[in-house]
Amino acid sequence: MIELADIVKTFQAGDKQVDAVKNVSLTIEDGEIFGIIGFSGAGKSTLVRCINLLGKPTSGSVKIDGTDLMTLSPKELRAERKKIGMIFQHFNLMPSRTVFGNVAFPLKGSGLSKEDIQKKVRKLLSLVDLSDKENAYPAELSGGQKQRVAIARALANDPKILLSDEATSALDPQTTGAILQLLKKLNKELNITIVVITHEMEVIKEICNRVAVMENGVVVESGDVFDIFANPQHPLTKNFIRTTSNLSKIEQMVADHVPGVTPEKGDVLAKFSYRQKDVSEPLISTAAKQFDLDINIVLADVEIIGGAPIGGTVVILHGESDRIDNAIQYIRNKNVGVEVIKDARNPF
Amino acid sequence: MHEILSEIFPNLINKWPDFIKSIQDTFIMVLWAGGIGFILGLGFGITITVTKPGGILENRPVFQALDKITNLFRSIPFIILLTAVMPLTRLLMGTAIGVQGAIVPLVLGSVPFFTRQVQSALAQTDEGLVEAAESMGCSPWEIITRVYLRESIGPLARATTITAISLLGLTAMAGAVGAGGLGDFAIRYGHDRNMQDITWATVIVLVAAVSIIQITGDKIARKNTH
Repeated sequence: MIELADIVKTFQAGDKQVDAVKNVSLTIEDGEIFGIIGFSGAGKSTLVRCINLLGKPTSGSVKIDGTDLMTLSPKELRAERKKIGMIFQHFNLMPSRTVFGNVAFPLKGSGLSKEDIQKKVRKLLSLVDLSDKENAYPAELSGGQKQRVAIARALANDPKILLSDEATSALDPQTTGAILQLLKKLNKELNITIVVITHEMEVIKEICNRVAVMENGVVVESGDVFDIFANPQHPLTKNFIRTTSNLSKIEQMVADHVPGVTPEKGDVLAKFSYRQKDVSEPLISTAAKQFDLDINIVLADVEIIGGAPIGGTVVILHGESDRIDNAIQYIRNKNVGVEVIKDARNPF
Repeated sequence: MHEILSEIFPNLINKWPDFIKSIQDTFIMVLWAGGIGFILGLGFGITITVTKPGGILENRPVFQALDKITNLFRSIPFIILLTAVMPLTRLLMGTAIGVQGAIVPLVLGSVPFFTRQVQSALAQTDEGLVEAAESMGCSPWEIITRVYLRESIGPLARATTITAISLLGLTAMAGAVGAGGLGDFAIRYGHDRNMQDITWATVIVLVAAVSIIQITGDKIARKNTH
């Protein structure tokens, strides 16, 4: 378990003090994949460097399984760091060493014999699916392969925690997907705790159990990934979620008068957002029948997040004005978020 | 063969033992001054790199002191340095003249230059590598040897090549304190007694020496660049 309490990190930039992290407290449980998302400069990379004390916090406490890292001697800290693997945006592989040499790098001084090191490196390389690249140099590898080598290297000392600092930000979407699947697999097979730093909501959506949203050195919102997606509170969170959902495009489409999404006179254009994990009722069809309306789905986007479907639909409701109001009320009562985007019933 | 040589290099043939001796002297000066200078320059270059602001062993007083001393010695022209450090040379070597007397000023003249060369070679090491090594629990010593030095063999070989060649040039000036060597040989006979062939022979030997140093350096650098 990682416990960060009241972490403050201040940098001195010339005469000015920059508070990169302000009073952040977080608890990350064993075996979970915890995401920290924010725009660049939000302090997330600084915060993750507080976990292995690559950047020592100005104040606060960092406890890993109850051990306060801030109180350790440099030697004890180095021993503790061996139990925390880390991967980086730009991979940071040693260019003069082969893939084998890179993965074997942290094993020097571990007390393993040459044969044991060889066995271990081969095992790690097969774990990340790179057994055939043992003798290649980093310069000969693609970005995805480099990150796989970096992952194998980070796992060499059998860490309990893996810190991932924007590990997929330099990769194309397809490679990103493959690396994320690999992280997910490692989390399951090795029961390793993973802390993921990213600016992409896709990454959070894909692999995280819980997430903290950071802005200006402060965690503005945190919780279960599904809950955050279903019911974002902070404007920044909403902003991030909007970047991943097609539904958010509707406003722009209406503004652009895209045919098919513009309601006729007397119609209502509305967005239904599903917020609960059990959307199983045929809501739209029931509402249409019960209130004698035509409900036309113009846009729908449902995704699986945290193991449950989440998303919504954009519909045009066509029918008698009162009945439209009643239908909206009915759907609201079913705990579905309703947002009227354009009401064409009112001439004004 | 002997006839052709005595036709092109008449004076050189006469001074052949002196010529061989001067090559040996130059060789000895480069080897000793280069060897000592390599170790000192590497040490200072590493120290400046790790103690600089943001370095793994950040230490302002040490960094500032080394930085300033390096600048100080780099700004003294070698011919002045040669005579200025004579008391120190006498103290360390027991004499201020001859090959032995030249080694102290040669070291003092080349170390600051090599220190800067090492510093710039090590500066090419990606900071990310250092951070990765730290995250793996490496000690500062391990980072110096396994990251900074190991990952900079190519640039360090190039830096050593440049310094060795410039050191070879400095040994010629060391003749001013009676150090002997090829430079002294060329001035004494080639210039002072107008024996042109001796000057040319010296140049040929120096060109060959520089080429050997350069080719060796390039080879090491290339072999360690991937």
